[in-house]
Amino acid sequence: MTVIDSPPRRPAVADPSPSGPSGLHRVRRWLGANGLRIYAAIAFAYIFLPIAYVTVFSFNVPGRTNLTWRGFTTTNWAHPCDAPDVCSAVGNSLKIGLVATLLATVLGTLIAFALARHRFRGRGTTNLLLFLPMATPEVVLAASLLTLFLNFKVNLGFATIIAAHVMFCISFVVVTVKARIAGLDPRLEQAAMDLYANEIETFRRITLPLVAPGIAGAALLSFSLSFDDFIITNFVSGNVNTFPKFIYVSAGRGIPAQAYVIGSAAFFLSLLIVLVAEVVRRRRPSP
Amino acid sequence: MAIASASHAPGTAPVVPPRSGLRSRTLTPYLLMLPGLLWLGVFFVVPLLTLLATSTQTPAPSGETGAFQQTLRFANYWDSLQAYEAQFIRSFGYAAIATVLALLISYPLAYAIAFKVGALRNLLLVLVVAPFFCSFLLRTLAWRQILADEGFVVRTLKSLHLMGDTTTLTASAVAVVAGITYNFLPFMTLPLYASLERIDPRLIEAGGDLYAGAFTTFRKVTFPLSMPGVVAGTLLTFIPAAGDYVNAELLGNPNTRMIGNVVQSRFFTIVDYPTAAVLSFLLMAAILILVTFYVRRAGTEELV
Repeated sequence: MTVIDSPPRRPAVADPSPSGPSGLHRVRRWLGANGLRIYAAIAFAYIFLPIAYVTVFSFNVPGRTNLTWRGFTTTNWAHPCDAPDVCSAVGNSLKIGLVATLLATVLGTLIAFALARHRFRGRGTTNLLLFLPMATPEVVLAASLLTLFLNFKVNLGFATIIAAHVMFCISFVVVTVKARIAGLDPRLEQAAMDLYANEIETFRRITLPLVAPGIAGAALLSFSLSFDDFIITNFVSGNVNTFPKFIYVSAGRGIPAQAYVIGSAAFFLSLLIVLVAEVVRRRRPSP
Repeated sequence: MAIASASHAPGTAPVVPPRSGLRSRTLTPYLLMLPGLLWLGVFFVVPLLTLLATSTQTPAPSGETGAFQQTLRFANYWDSLQAYEAQFIRSFGYAAIATVLALLISYPLAYAIAFKVGALRNLLLVLVVAPFFCSFLLRTLAWRQILADEGFVVRTLKSLHLMGDTTTLTASAVAVVAGITYNFLPFMTLPLYASLERIDPRLIEAGGDLYAGAFTTFRKVTFPLSMPGVVAGTLLTFIPAAGDYVNAELLGNPNTRMIGNVVQSRFFTIVDYPTAAVLSFLLMAAILILVTFYVRRAGTEELV
């Protein structure tokens, strides 16, 4: 309504520029057309600045700290385990990440199917229970888990870390997989039933393959959440060292260049996985 | 069994063809959810209840560190609120500034990706989340180096006389807010993109057809339609930002401590679990109240 109220002060279509094709005018025109793209380029530069820093400094000549540039070398990349404790911490993070991802993906996928395919009482409560861990600040989750473990005299270690990681990953798995199930065409399953497939066969041969990309995405998300988690892990890990914990502890006395190698390698590897998945997805358009 | 038959009585019963597996089918969703919800119960609900119980405890008379007894001292809440009022205000202040900054940075970016880049869309979306693939702590520490006195940002600002010769960004509130803004940026950009991308371009064209200028069209058509994304994005940024302590610790100084820092030090350095529990609860309560109000006002109910 108010759109019509405001008189058309400026004719939006191809204004007959009174100033003629002056240089300034052309610059303004060009900015009007490309301004957003330039802005996006600057924003991406900002997004990638710290990552570029990490990558560049992974090629720094190793020393006690990795704050000043000493010269280019590839030895860090050839021997990423040379710095003490880096690789054992990474190994722990990988182990925890794999177990937590497996558990969270299975548990979360089951819930996603229940929510997407069934009507039942207690739906609202279930949704709330899944939403709350995502809405709770990490430090609160961490403090509450540690209080629990202390109260019940649970020894802190791998088991407590995995318990915590699975807990905060489940909700993300449910959201991701549920979205994928909701996007399925129900006719495909009906067709399978029409062709005399029973429910189990339909699920195994039609539903599961169609939902698989969503499950894979959820697993990748869980793994990266688990691998990079610091706040909760720091509270519930006891003596177990993980990669983020290693960085945090070494931040005071100097982070070895090898840690930067792990950081940037993880970055490029994840980027590669996502890009390959995207290419595969395009080649084989999902129905 | 009772639940199963009862839940079926009112609505859907006549539509479902009478099959032999009916009873087991109504139980199916519960069985599917059981393991996952049990996990959340044991490692999310029970810990929160334990934390709640701890929050009203007082030190045990024995005076041993780490020993507390339940005395239902609710005054703990008031005491902690008074003692850490500054940190609370700071947490929410920093989180609010960072959220606004993230919105200002992300909105044009999400808009450009949704409308201006064509086939590059998916690639650019991957690049938006790319920082998540690089360690959170390494990124934050990288900012510490980038903003350091000898770094190029500070040197450029100083040579342009945009910054005083004696001022510094190292260990400052500016650095903390910058770190928070950067670290939670994808949480803002993704929901914004998702809601912008869903807008039918014909609606925007219609704005132009009705003689609205580009700005008016944006104000009256595009922005209101993207509100769900704005709401989701601000919440997803604000919540982790208010609870964060890593940025304040790595990029700040003792005067930039946030509530998360206090919780952490109460747990590990001072071994004062009741206070840590109280502060966690106050933080969570404040966030939940803010979220509820905000969602009510912005009128978006579908967040999950």
